[in-house]
Amino acid sequence: MTTITETEVLATQPGAVMRRRTGWVGVALRKLIEAVITLLLVSVCVFFATQIMPGNAAAVLLGTHATPERVAALSQQLGLNDPLLVQYGRWLGGVLHGDFGTSLANGRPVSQLIATPFTNSLFLAAVAVILTLPLSLIAGVVAAQFKDTWIDKTFLGSSMLANALPDFIIGTLLVFFFGTTVFKIFPPVSIIPLGTHPWDFPAKLVLPVATLVIGGVMYLSRLIRVSVIDALSSEYAEMAHLKGISRSRLLFVHALPNALAPAIPAASLVAAFTIGGVVVVEYLFNYPGMGVLLLQSIGARDIPTIQAIVMIIAAIYFVFNFIADLIKVGRD
Amino acid sequence: MAGIQVQDLRVTLADGSRLVDDVSLSVEPGRVLGVVGESGSGKSTLSLALLGYARPGAAITGGSVRIGDDDILSLPPRALRQARGSRIAYVPQDPAMALNPVLSIRTQLEEMLTGGKQARRDRIREVLAAVDLPGDDAFLARSAGHLSGGQKQRVGIAMAIVARPDVLVLDEPTTGLDVTTQAKVLELVAQLCRADQMAAIYISHDVAVIADVADDVAVMYAGQLVETGAAGPTVTDPAHPYTRALLASVPDSRVRLQLQAIPGRAPQPAPPWDGCRFADRCALATDSCRRATPALTALAADPARQVRCVRRDELDVVPRARVIAPEHPIDEAAASIPVLDVSALTAGYGGRQVLFDVDVRVHAGECVAIVGESGSGKSTLSQCVAGLQERTGGSVRLDGEELAPAAQRRPRAARHGVQYVFQNPYASLNPRATVGEGIGVPLRSFAHLGGKVRRKRVIELLDRVELPAQAAERYPSELSGGQRQRAAIARALACDPRLLICDEVTSALDVSVQAAVVELLRGLLDDGLSMLFVTHNFAVVRSLADTVAVLNRGEVVEHGSVRRVLDAPAHEYTERLLADVLDVPVAAA
Amino acid sequence: MTALELPVPAAAAAPRRRRPGLRMLRSGQVRWGIALIVLMLALALIGRFTTPYDPTRTIAAPFARPGDGLLLGADYLGRDVLSRVMAGGINLAWMAPSAAIASLVLGAAVGIVSAYFGGATDAVLMRLMDVLLAFPALLFTLLFVSVIGPSPWLLVTLVTIGLMPGVARVIRGAALPLVQREFVRWSRAVGVPTGYILTREILPNLVSPLMVEFGMRLMWSVGTLASISFIGYGIQPPESDWGLMVSENRNGLAAQPWAVVAPVICIVLFTIGGNLIAEGAARVVARTEGVK
Repeated sequence: MTTITETEVLATQPGAVMRRRTGWVGVALRKLIEAVITLLLVSVCVFFATQIMPGNAAAVLLGTHATPERVAALSQQLGLNDPLLVQYGRWLGGVLHGDFGTSLANGRPVSQLIATPFTNSLFLAAVAVILTLPLSLIAGVVAAQFKDTWIDKTFLGSSMLANALPDFIIGTLLVFFFGTTVFKIFPPVSIIPLGTHPWDFPAKLVLPVATLVIGGVMYLSRLIRVSVIDALSSEYAEMAHLKGISRSRLLFVHALPNALAPAIPAASLVAAFTIGGVVVVEYLFNYPGMGVLLLQSIGARDIPTIQAIVMIIAAIYFVFNFIADLIKVGRD
Repeated sequence: MAGIQVQDLRVTLADGSRLVDDVSLSVEPGRVLGVVGESGSGKSTLSLALLGYARPGAAITGGSVRIGDDDILSLPPRALRQARGSRIAYVPQDPAMALNPVLSIRTQLEEMLTGGKQARRDRIREVLAAVDLPGDDAFLARSAGHLSGGQKQRVGIAMAIVARPDVLVLDEPTTGLDVTTQAKVLELVAQLCRADQMAAIYISHDVAVIADVADDVAVMYAGQLVETGAAGPTVTDPAHPYTRALLASVPDSRVRLQLQAIPGRAPQPAPPWDGCRFADRCALATDSCRRATPALTALAADPARQVRCVRRDELDVVPRARVIAPEHPIDEAAASIPVLDVSALTAGYGGRQVLFDVDVRVHAGECVAIVGESGSGKSTLSQCVAGLQERTGGSVRLDGEELAPAAQRRPRAARHGVQYVFQNPYASLNPRATVGEGIGVPLRSFAHLGGKVRRKRVIELLDRVELPAQAAERYPSELSGGQRQRAAIARALACDPRLLICDEVTSALDVSVQAAVVELLRGLLDDGLSMLFVTHNFAVVRSLADTVAVLNRGEVVEHGSVRRVLDAPAHEYTERLLADVLDVPVAAA
Repeated sequence: MTALELPVPAAAAAPRRRRPGLRMLRSGQVRWGIALIVLMLALALIGRFTTPYDPTRTIAAPFARPGDGLLLGADYLGRDVLSRVMAGGINLAWMAPSAAIASLVLGAAVGIVSAYFGGATDAVLMRLMDVLLAFPALLFTLLFVSVIGPSPWLLVTLVTIGLMPGVARVIRGAALPLVQREFVRWSRAVGVPTGYILTREILPNLVSPLMVEFGMRLMWSVGTLASISFIGYGIQPPESDWGLMVSENRNGLAAQPWAVVAPVICIVLFTIGGNLIAEGAARVVARTEGVK
């Protein structure tokens, strides 16, 4: 037997609802400012990490023509002798204008260099996320509705397996089964001719997208399943039973709207994970995206490109995490 | 309208334990049957079974529930779904949880009806008017989060009656509501039943509520009905030993009673065995009681009443014994400095002020009750005194010494001198430490007592709160709610306090368990402890406290001795509250 | 006066008293998970020293099929796959659990301190965690390894740092309601020493989420470390490592699948162990927390 607490009573005064709404806007603004600060700190981290790299950028550029005088002169010209903070400020200023500097590997502006790979990666991730959401929803709801039957148990078992595996394992297994050894349906690599777009070659997209989708669906569908089960075993669901509401109406009208609310932040997280996973998946399939470019740049010690790509990936990853956070806060 | 006839209803768990053990009852249209029971009696399981529903893990394994010509339990699934709502409906205990958070009121009402749009709309309006709620579109569009507690409960009732059922099952619908709202809801229920000739089954642990609303009473214990009969005689002259013991533990706001607790604990669900379920706790038990389970049979003196006791006709059916508790003389003149002196206290949170200029005084050996409804600020007051919440103004003095607003800033003596016992017995002890370890925390940290000495002291403390020594080795999860509260009190006593603050410590307990805790506190008061007792229950106030302060929206509206305030309230708010308080009727002397 | 008894359990037999903390181990899933992990660790350890052939020596034609004394065939350089698989677990075997445990300890410490002290401490610590969380663990590790070089200790440190903030967030979330619970508030008000409260009242009540997080972090550290080796910034050739093997032998997948499939199976088993622990622990929590 419980007595309603004072705060509950206070909360149900008519004015209280309005107060809560405006409170959310204030909290959201504050979180936004915090997010900006965090992103700034992230950029600091990225910039200074790459500064630890051995070797002088000027020396790298000059390559075999490097003499001490020439290196010194170029360093001066590139502003490499300025205090780090100044260099950071310069870099950050450029970034905010879309200018990521010049690539050390081939002298072209970095923003030009990463434009196409960025689009390709984004396309890959977007397709994966768009497919993941409805599939997760269906799988999660079906598993929850048939809880404890063979459908649910199969689902739990296989999703646990797939959830545990790192992306490259999933990808390799997919290649093994569908690309080379068991069935030879899809091409195991996604190399496309220069100047073309991935969407012109849908067959080559299948396996990399499938890899990302499997990882995402396994994670999200389990969450949705738990959320739906929670809603189905709630007191209001029991009350609906006692009112004689049919099973399907109970699921779709009473339970699902309540169940999906906690799942929305998770969907944003899935988007984040997908972006985070591009490096490995692109490497595995030789897909011409940012991930592969990043690895190439690391090999070539192309610092500005490395900075740019890491910053972009981290920023997108962070934004999706932040959206998830914001939604969670808004719900409370 | 048809009534309801229940025959040998049985609900069992997987291991064969019977949550509802062959219960039979019947209710005529227009009459209200009250089912009284404490936690674990099976009354909630019974209420669900009447609608053909059992919670996961349990199953309805026998009996019939007849409404008119239909047996609910043998209906095919689709017919059962239709019957729910149109023939028998359920009013939930906690409307806050039972209403869907995202759907509108309109949706939740409309889905119970069939027929044309206009007809449904009219019926909804009719029903909302009957429960005294607005029927306009703006209100209907609201969802549960935008309603007060009382409004939610009315919506729950409206949802139940909208499809014109024959039978209404109400499961503790007024628990958690304040006294005034409760009174209104009870009146509403009674009125609806008579008006629409519905048969109602009202489940509650509160005997006073049952006595007020029900025509007939059935008392439930360990899954069985132990006594049935008309409400009046059953409540004023109980026949079954359990009913007697139960009624002897109920406090009364009109008389200062000494409460009689029931020794032992209700049996846990177990596969059926031979013998009276109450025998282990019954003062009148004999060997024959334990040999076979008695049947529910009519009393010789009054065949309309049935009792499940072999000794039913031997025991004089006498009015329940009432023991008056002695008054507690407070020598105000002698004690010059009060133990606790609160003056002009103000407090608030989140920008809202909750307490306005509150004065309270507690003298040595005195029990001061702080009474108020939800939202009155009484918990905030007690937390400010304890330093768990920081007051914004005013002063709090312990034995004349001013105390800082936050407990962390007070001197050690003050932090120990004021002890606090919480309402929730499930959160007041560390679940990962044994009871002995939990009680021993202050002994170890402050008195720096070594192992053996500490253990001895712990057992002493357990003894003082009437818990056996073995309790020290148990974990809180192995103890009942009442026992956990005692352990929490023991831990408070370990600090040798000057003042004990009890914040609704019995509100979460069954009434018979409450009685034990109240008497324990009385014993402590007799030993000289001073107490601040926060509650919303006037009956407990009358039984235990010496002085009372009535709080309304953060202000003390009335203050004085318990006798004076409860017998002749000066403030109209107190008068109003007391008018709505329900007490169990007493037989005419 | 009333005499009170303690509850007698329905079953007449005296119950086996179980300490609440050990109920995790009652879960079959948790036990299987632990068993699997221990098995893989043992195999990795023993395997390192009992390989049939030298894992770094070329002894057959590249991608030779199984047979001829080579149970699983040869890899892209003609080295024995079986030997390389047996020797290839040792690094993962010590690196992954180390990173998992370290991230758990550090993350839990941050989370608990943050929840308990609140205020400025909480704000600062969580801001730090947010910055770290902005990086996917793999990217973070890659960034530093690519500039400094792939030393095993560095990898462990980086993965620890990468996984720690997630633990901190979760544990902080679990600790916050705990800090508000009545018995903790009582202890703080009365003046019980902070050390006691943290170690005896808060920590023991976090065993459940800690177990779940341990399983998750183990899973992720295996995954991240294997992935790093896969893209070439982890264990370097000619040493053998499961992740590296998958990468090295990809091109011969059609011709000689064992060179890839064998290390994949090993990684899978290792990861599943961690997942079973996490799942099993979460199940136990869900089951028992429903009972008050």
